[in-house]
Amino acid sequence: MAAHESALREAKSSAPETELIDIGEQARLSARRRERIMSFASPLGLLLIWEIAGRLGLVDVRFFPVPSSIIGAMAGMIMSGELIEHVLISLQRIGLGFLLGGIPAILIGVIMGISRPVRALVDPLIVATYPIPKSAILPFILLIFGLGEMSKVVMVAIGVFFPVAINSTAGVLQIAPIYLDVGKSFKASRWDTFRTIALPGALPFIMTGIKLGAGLALILIAVAEMVGAKSGLGYMIWSAWETFAVANMYVGLFTIALIGFGISFLLREVERLVIRWKVDA
Amino acid sequence: MTAAGNLASQRPGKIRIQHLIKRFRDLVAIDDVSIEIEEGTFFAIVGPSGCGKTTMLRILGGLETVTSGAVEIADPAPGRPQYSIIFQGDSIFPWMTVWENAAYGLRMRKAPKAEIAASVAHWLERTGLTRYAKLYPHQLSGGMRQRVSIARAFANDPEVLLMDEPFSALDEQNRTILQQELLRIWEVDKKTVVFITHSVDEAVTLADKIMVMTASPGRAKTIIDVTLERPRNVLELRNDPRYGQIVYGIWGHLKHEVEQARL
Repeated sequence: MAAHESALREAKSSAPETELIDIGEQARLSARRRERIMSFASPLGLLLIWEIAGRLGLVDVRFFPVPSSIIGAMAGMIMSGELIEHVLISLQRIGLGFLLGGIPAILIGVIMGISRPVRALVDPLIVATYPIPKSAILPFILLIFGLGEMSKVVMVAIGVFFPVAINSTAGVLQIAPIYLDVGKSFKASRWDTFRTIALPGALPFIMTGIKLGAGLALILIAVAEMVGAKSGLGYMIWSAWETFAVANMYVGLFTIALIGFGISFLLREVERLVIRWKVDA
Repeated sequence: MTAAGNLASQRPGKIRIQHLIKRFRDLVAIDDVSIEIEEGTFFAIVGPSGCGKTTMLRILGGLETVTSGAVEIADPAPGRPQYSIIFQGDSIFPWMTVWENAAYGLRMRKAPKAEIAASVAHWLERTGLTRYAKLYPHQLSGGMRQRVSIARAFANDPEVLLMDEPFSALDEQNRTILQQELLRIWEVDKKTVVFITHSVDEAVTLADKIMVMTASPGRAKTIIDVTLERPRNVLELRNDPRYGQIVYGIWGHLKHEVEQARL
């Protein structure tokens, strides 16, 4: 017994150099699944409370129609194709805006992180323009880009640009200097430094920026469509208010909430994929 | 004795440092160091902390400029890099797998794909990492991560290896294991190595020649030949009376310097 034990101890003491530190993979998986279920449970719970409160007369259903009646209205609007059409056009604007704002934001942000001169030149511009409320520049954007698609796309792009650019810069700046030394010692070119060190190193921060940007994009698309569009969810909500079709208004709000939920879910999955090298990802 | 005079050898060196001075503002980090390192020499530099030994290595590696003097590494054979650095602490990229990390140098110098695959496979095998090729660094222990760093430097197949206290962040057991592995790997093709360490034991265990540096400002105090034969065994060395004598001798040179550094 004692011999067996000491053999065991020996086996253990020689283990650390070859052993993978990945115990608890199983536990982590089930915790992740539980968290995912919980993230669906809380919004559903809120809807349930609302429905009960409406039916008991605790809230005024003229202003707060119960979720079931909203879902009824939603079904009607889906059948007629009206909702789908507005959703698709809004999603298209959001998608294009993301590309138009996000890609330059990552490029500019990461380059600002790498290069001190570029940072010195561009940072004041960002600091000065960032605090301007994005909704306040809508009239200006409408003036420049007109009432067509471009003005809506540009609004989203502006909303996405700032958080992504600022986070990209911060992401590069937090990369430990030793990694840049390694790149230099292996004679990495500028492009290779960008591609193999700055960009992947900053990616966790960039993803945070993109998630912030997604929230702003939804706000801005709704505002922009209320004022300067004849289609999209923002327009749909605004025209429902003008005709006092309260249930339809809620359908719009619900749909935006759902889209927001869907986008953040999607982004979380994307994040898990692109930064699987992170300990907690 | 003056270190510089003693060191000029007849054969042209692989690495030649002449009257190197490095100042950071008012602080003199390195004060007039001249050394010549012959090809195939395992050259260790020991000294108290703050003696400028890491700075010297960073200058050799082109990460730091000289204030005055000259630092030369002989031109490499065509198609081969001049040097690779093994850094102190964690320096492998956390966002790359073990394989991608080991391939980094080769990829950066645009080596053909087949050569990269062959060289990486070879060095992962020799560093005992083949099984871990697809893992990310956070899944490895500190000792394994430093092995990746060694594989990355060797796979790049440089003429000179610059090592900056590569094992100082490891616990003693892992350090001993990795010292033995480094000896085993190095003794096969004997590249020129410059190895920075604060550990006298480590220097004597690994090196052919040891330069002892003075405390700030860093000067070359003396150079000691380690005549222990190769291949060496890290454990057996400790039982060798000559090993103890060399270590003791170096401590004689260092004692004063360490006390100086503490002031």
